[in-house]
Amino acid sequence: MTAVIDEARPQRVSAFNDPKIRSRVAQIIFLLLVLWLGYEIIHNTAVNLARLNKTFDYKFQFLWTTAGFDIIQRPIEYTRDSTYFRAILVGFLNTLIVAALGIFFATVIGFIIGIMRLSSNWVIAKIATGYVELIRNIPLLLQIFFWYAAVLKPLPGPKESVNFFDLAFLSNRGLVTLKFIWGEGSGYIVIAFILGVVGALAVGHWAKRRQERTGEQFHSFWAGLGLIIGLPLLAFLILGGPVTFEYPVFKGFNFVGGFTILPELIALVLALSIYTASFIAEIVRAGIMAVSHGQTEAAHSLGLRSQPTLRLVVIPQALRVIIPPLTSQYLNLTKNSSLAVAIAYPDLVAMGGVVNNQSGRAVEVVLIWMFIYLSLSLVTSAFMNWYNARVRLVER
Amino acid sequence: MKSKLLTLALGLGLSVAAVSAASAGTLDDVKAKGFIQCGSNPSLIGFGFPDDQNNWTGFDVDFCRALAAAVFNDPTKVKFTPLSAKERFTALQSGEIDVLSRNTTWSMSRDTSLGLKFAGVTYYDGQGFMVKKSLGVNSALNLNGASVCTQTGTTTELNLADYFKANNMTYQVVAFEKNEEVLKAYQDGRCDVYTTDQSGLYAERLKLAAPDDHVILPEIISKEPLGPVVRQGDDAWFNVVKWTYYALVNAEDLGITQKNVDEMKNSTNPEVMRFMGKEGDFGVGIALSNDWAAQIVKHVGNYGEIFERNLGEGTKLKIARGKNALWSKGGLQYAPPIR
Repeated sequence: MTAVIDEARPQRVSAFNDPKIRSRVAQIIFLLLVLWLGYEIIHNTAVNLARLNKTFDYKFQFLWTTAGFDIIQRPIEYTRDSTYFRAILVGFLNTLIVAALGIFFATVIGFIIGIMRLSSNWVIAKIATGYVELIRNIPLLLQIFFWYAAVLKPLPGPKESVNFFDLAFLSNRGLVTLKFIWGEGSGYIVIAFILGVVGALAVGHWAKRRQERTGEQFHSFWAGLGLIIGLPLLAFLILGGPVTFEYPVFKGFNFVGGFTILPELIALVLALSIYTASFIAEIVRAGIMAVSHGQTEAAHSLGLRSQPTLRLVVIPQALRVIIPPLTSQYLNLTKNSSLAVAIAYPDLVAMGGVVNNQSGRAVEVVLIWMFIYLSLSLVTSAFMNWYNARVRLVER
Repeated sequence: MKSKLLTLALGLGLSVAAVSAASAGTLDDVKAKGFIQCGSNPSLIGFGFPDDQNNWTGFDVDFCRALAAAVFNDPTKVKFTPLSAKERFTALQSGEIDVLSRNTTWSMSRDTSLGLKFAGVTYYDGQGFMVKKSLGVNSALNLNGASVCTQTGTTTELNLADYFKANNMTYQVVAFEKNEEVLKAYQDGRCDVYTTDQSGLYAERLKLAAPDDHVILPEIISKEPLGPVVRQGDDAWFNVVKWTYYALVNAEDLGITQKNVDEMKNSTNPEVMRFMGKEGDFGVGIALSNDWAAQIVKHVGNYGEIFERNLGEGTKLKIARGKNALWSKGGLQYAPPIR
């Protein structure tokens, strides 16, 4: 029987039918295609630039030209005499600010809504469902416009601004509040703060070890909080209060001095965090539901109450499911922050756009945009991967 | 913005077709495709503004119609691309449009480093400020500390920074991408001041709920010569755009109007005869028909008529000719002769 099969099979397959050769050839063709596409992109750009009598600025020298325009929100020193480079840097920092605030609030709101959706209380669960379905089905840009109008329209002008005990003023120019002026020796306060954080971590570590050894619990949270707040406060008092405040004063058209939170920033953070929270809520719900109910029952039968069950049994296991999709939501939020340009928030895209328009360096500016957003996304996902590796199930 | 980026990215990667098409020379391309793609302002009353039926009107729009009349003897053979200030140069550089006629200021950097050429100054403008009357401000020098709304990617943004610095004043700039957004923010009280070219201020003021509550300050802080733009190194097309503008001014100079253009064809004045293409062969050099200039006036009128129709006393804008009067009447509009 075997002999028959051997005879039926030809000694050699033709090259055309050989799977090895076929896959090699296919790969080579694909590689050539990719190389050709890459060449074509570079060549075309060069040809088109030459056609416009322009050259590609390999050294990005144009970045050192005087910008000549002003920016409303400047986390670092910037004037019209600064360079394009600094203008883009300001835009980049503004993007970081909005992304960081957005990620923080989106996570908080998202977790609350996600847990609300699982509530046994019918009203709370339905409110959360309504939130998710409403928010995630409306385009983000519309929501940004909505919040911008919702923030701006009802607020009074700066003259009639809402006064919070002369400490903060809310108007359609934003929330103007006290500004910290760090006097001499305030560096020690920062050092005290860092010491406080380190101390809190150490206490937490010690408490955990002790509980593992003896089973005794220690309120490390309150001790840590005491250290973080207490130490800088102590330093502040010993140094005789080197921090002073600059009060905002209404003068002419606007408030002078103080620290201003722009209405554009408020609207953007609101829109981004509320929108992204609706996705995070679903991720959290899915994560919690992925933990088998048996785990909860087991914890209950061991005598753990509901709250510690959630904190010590369910959430640590749920996080393993939650982290990867959460990462992509954080990346989405960061990239979505580029919609800031619609409401005059000076983010990276807005500032790059102005530089492009004033300098005519379109290709260079687009490359800078791509490079920065790519690095930002890679850094975020590297961090989240690290965190994911930490909470991953350790198999024994 | 998003779509613009995409266009740019696609343009970088896949513009093989665009290269071969655009390199033939815009005039030939335009003749081959049978219409002119004109980049215009979608929201500036009097300069570029489409109505509900997508009929575009305005001073800059009529210039594109004049171009179509010169090339095709048909002012309707033009398609308009609405562009924001930020998008306009990229659109022209990438070949998306043939000519940019969108209240664009001629400046040295734009002329020399963007790969573009300005064909002339169709409108002499200057930057001004508008504030609410209730603020009681009567000079731009009293604007210290004010919030100023403006459009991003404009010379306006730069002049503003220069002016406040030169006068040692502080301000906050709130820069939007689109006209409508700037106006809306100004109306909502986000800013105290609205700044743009003075002609633009007159136009935008009409869109406000109560135009009379707003006042345009007397100071003009910059020179804003506005004109049509084409790509650099495309001389045939550059000539057509440049001479279309000159023809409009020359027609007014010679007293040729949309109404009398047909009888003027019988004129024995040699200057008029050259304009009408009755004498000489000026059409050959510019690669158009010999009566190209007469076609322009027949279909869209002369410079003065276009001005009056879109901006003049008869319109809601009521802008006086001022510096845009003919050179012979004390203005700056002047054109080289056709000869």
